[in-house]
Amino acid sequence: MNFFHYASPATFYPLAGRIARACAIAAAVLTAGGLYLAFVVAPSDATQGEAYRIIFIHVPTAWMAMFLYLVMAFWSALALGFNTRLSAMMAQALAPTGALMAFLALWTGAFWGRPTWGTYWAWDARMTSTLILLFLYLGVIALRHAIVDPRRADRACAVLALVGAVNVPIIYFSVRWWNTLHQGSTVSLTAAPKMAATMLAGMLVMTLAAWCYAIAVSLTRARGIMLERESGAAWTRLAVGTA
Amino acid sequence: MTDFFAMGGYAWYVWMSYGAVALVILVESLAVRARLRRAADAARTAAAAPSAPAARFQPATGDS
Amino acid sequence: MTSAALHSSAALAPSHTPFGGLRWALARDLRVAVRSKGELGVQLLFYIIVVSLFPLAVAPDRPLLAALGPGVLWVAALLASLLSLPRLFAGDFADGTLEQVVLSPYPLPALVSGKIAAHWLTTGLPISALAPLLGAQYGLEEAPRYVLAAALLIGTPVLSLLGAIGAALTLGLRGSGSLLALLILPLYVPVLIFGAGAVEAVRGGLAATPHLSLLAACLLLALVGAPFAAASAVRIALD
Repeated sequence: MNFFHYASPATFYPLAGRIARACAIAAAVLTAGGLYLAFVVAPSDATQGEAYRIIFIHVPTAWMAMFLYLVMAFWSALALGFNTRLSAMMAQALAPTGALMAFLALWTGAFWGRPTWGTYWAWDARMTSTLILLFLYLGVIALRHAIVDPRRADRACAVLALVGAVNVPIIYFSVRWWNTLHQGSTVSLTAAPKMAATMLAGMLVMTLAAWCYAIAVSLTRARGIMLERESGAAWTRLAVGTA
Repeated sequence: MTDFFAMGGYAWYVWMSYGAVALVILVESLAVRARLRRAADAARTAAAAPSAPAARFQPATGDS
Repeated sequence: MTSAALHSSAALAPSHTPFGGLRWALARDLRVAVRSKGELGVQLLFYIIVVSLFPLAVAPDRPLLAALGPGVLWVAALLASLLSLPRLFAGDFADGTLEQVVLSPYPLPALVSGKIAAHWLTTGLPISALAPLLGAQYGLEEAPRYVLAAALLIGTPVLSLLGAIGAALTLGLRGSGSLLALLILPLYVPVLIFGAGAVEAVRGGLAATPHLSLLAACLLLALVGAPFAAASAVRIALD
């Protein structure tokens, strides 16, 4: 299969539409299944009661925030390496979704922390690193908005995303270092309740649902970006005629 | 049913969390689809109005 | 290709080695900086003022200030670095010199390294010297003050190196100052943690070697990567 066949917005646009639709349906089904597992099947926790059920959305959003940044960095590397517009558009489409995932991870983490630790925000390593990850996302988005020329924005945001990607492990390590020095053996949100099999299954299903949702939403955003940025090209008129 | 919504006393925390996620999913999906629709409409009007240089192109005649 | 043409016509053209480029850019930027000594003085004054603000905001309580001191001195160094970063490229960008610099036969990462070195010599180095004196304001003892100076000496070059990437990415943009802060401050977090942590460790009677070693590791990584990232960012901004 010739990968570069889909490197053109003209050919990728309809494919993206099909994938987005399929993933949206998958996301809906998986979410329904996951919620059923989360609320009906999974038992109540011994120490945390019903509050632990937040884990079924906290963990997926936290993982997605992390993964989406890596995927964005991957597309950014392709954009810089091959100078392809579409790779840059994919990176551009992923940033807002990633930022929202990071925000939700922080939000759900805060509402999970309050009943379990007694405070909405404890400076634990994972939450602080996620906060910095949110700042990194917002930086990429802000830079995109600040630069008028789309191609300059593509390349600048790609460099920024890659510099951020290199720094994320260092930042995570330094924050964990800082956290363990100051709080000793910390209560970490990763020290979740001992996983019953149903709890684990619920988390996995919800994570898959989050993946499918993220793919659907970013591909749809990418389609919008493609039409906006390629508005002079002939394929756009053909594509929307049949879309 | 009320027991389910009460969530063992943790209703506020659980539903604020799930509610925020649901809200974000709703708003993001709608926003993304609205953006696509707007861009598609713009492309359609551009197709209808031949404002592109290609549409106005008149091949040069023999004399230069 | 162009340097070959230049060499044939200019018999005495210097070889355009990376180190030559670094030296040229360093010398030039230092000369420019010396001519605007006022600007440098203002930067240091900013640092002193910010450091003096915190006790006014909190309380002149000695133990509290001693606990706050390392953090405050470091955060103020980050902010001072941020304020001085636009100076790195913006002046040359505005009058067209930067385009000429990019077109020169010297490798651009070498030239950028020279500029960064000049930036550090005029910003980070004075702050590293000044901070221990201001540490007395916070009631820091002698050993923590020495470690503060050492940590700043290792850490401020990293601030200049990473900051150069941000300065190049935001060249010529409106509101570039705050945008630069948003882009760069998250990247500064490890330096802040290790740098302030080193001083706190010594205050607590522990050794600062792990912190300083990690800082040195950050510096090595930045030295290797940042000039290339900043150089490509400069090219992107100029296209």
